[in-house]
Amino acid sequence: MLKVIKSGFFTTVQDQGRFGFRHMGVPVSGAMDQAAALLANAMLENDENDAVLEITMSGPLLEFEEETWIALSGANLSPQLNGKDIDNHSVHKVNAGDKLAFGKHIDGLRGYLAVKNGFQTPLVLNSRSFYSPITEINHLDSRMEVPYDEVADFEPKITHIKREDIDKFKTLNVSLGPEYEILSDAQKELIFNGSFTIAKENNRMAYQLEESIGEHTHIMLTSATLPGTVQVTPGGKLIILMRDGQTTGGYPRILQLSEKAIDILAQKTFGDSISFKLP
Amino acid sequence: MNSYPIQIKPFGVHAILIEWPNEIERSILDDILIFKDFLFLNSFNDKEWEIVPAYNSLTLINIHKNIDHKATSNQLENLYRERKEGAKKQTHLWRLPVCYDPEFGIDLEEVSKHTGKSIEQIITLHTTSTFIVYGIGFLPGFMYLGGVPKDLETPRKATPRLNVKKGAVGLARKQTGIYPQDCPGGWNIIGNCPIPIFNAEKENPCFVSVGDSIQFYSITRAQFDLHVIQAEVGIDLLKKESTRA
Repeated sequence: MLKVIKSGFFTTVQDQGRFGFRHMGVPVSGAMDQAAALLANAMLENDENDAVLEITMSGPLLEFEEETWIALSGANLSPQLNGKDIDNHSVHKVNAGDKLAFGKHIDGLRGYLAVKNGFQTPLVLNSRSFYSPITEINHLDSRMEVPYDEVADFEPKITHIKREDIDKFKTLNVSLGPEYEILSDAQKELIFNGSFTIAKENNRMAYQLEESIGEHTHIMLTSATLPGTVQVTPGGKLIILMRDGQTTGGYPRILQLSEKAIDILAQKTFGDSISFKLP
Repeated sequence: MNSYPIQIKPFGVHAILIEWPNEIERSILDDILIFKDFLFLNSFNDKEWEIVPAYNSLTLINIHKNIDHKATSNQLENLYRERKEGAKKQTHLWRLPVCYDPEFGIDLEEVSKHTGKSIEQIITLHTTSTFIVYGIGFLPGFMYLGGVPKDLETPRKATPRLNVKKGAVGLARKQTGIYPQDCPGGWNIIGNCPIPIFNAEKENPCFVSVGDSIQFYSITRAQFDLHVIQAEVGIDLLKKESTRA
């Protein structure tokens, strides 16, 4: 078991997502920055879909009860193993009783912790990704325990990866959404020639942007939405649906983020700026 | 079988959208569902593709593949012309209990004021209508129900509530529905349904499908409490009164 001694700000278990239930209204969920989660798993030669911890901004204090190997990736949250600084994007052996802590938030927003063979929380509708009330738990709290396998015989082939600065990515590649054409020329111009600021309202469901592109009066029937769908409210505010985003919506879908753009946005927080670009 | 002018639009690299005329219409929904079943049997099998129907659209999603929009769009247009009503999937009429006790129906007074109908008349109107499930989304198991009688139409609340209770039955303009979990919401709450529409532990987590019909029947406070206990211990209370093609 991995014991949660202190919970940190918001830590969840995530895999690559819950598929096949969207027609029942079940969001896909899964790691917000999927590339980072894949990388943490790859360093341990795990399956792509093995569950990792997604650690938001300020990390938890964790204690390992069995020996295993861990890998860290995504945002750099100043990880420390038994009080000693360790590098982000690196692989480490941990022994029973070892403690993993996190310190200052250096870059990005969401860090990932993988263990050899993945965390073993219950599969609900084919996924371990936390999403309440599909899963009983919404996020980890102190005194909770997360199951994983004891692993003694593993020799990592990679111990370290060099990554580019996560904060240098500010451009989101998009394609045009189904309702893009309802926008005026001035609104289209604002979308591609301006930059946008992440609002306080940002979480695993959606990111709102501060700037308005101006009102519209288009009324549509509710239709499917996807992670990465950019909706515009009647008042002209942009809302970008993320991994826990609702499966249907009634606001015009003006853009669709690329998979990589969703990963980039997942590392942004309140006050950060982004811009949109067509490939 | 009616044919409609359909429009096919790209929706990112992993999805494609098919739209029917912009109307809430049973015959359009039926055509959408016939085409959906036809697609699952023809090149769009449910191992690779997720298909989300809603009101006047079908969205086809395949996360494993970058869709060639031009080729797929041509293929879909051909399939639409060739579509056949296969072995028709049955749609169901579900009868769901609602307790309209003032403890749950916290906006009954307001709906009464707005519509000019008495609370008894509101309950009668709500329990004698047949509603059609035009979509499931927003939250797991949330049904978009159409068919609200004109006399019941009430605008959304000016200020949404921060916490609407699980099972709350809401009214907002031409829509009625059941909140499947505690969540914020702006609909007028007129009662509570003790039967969970969605249960992740069941093999089929959501017993309702798009295209099904819903009728509500009124239960007392005591029956409500009993149903809650029965639902907790797993007694099936569902009344699937009839099926039709």
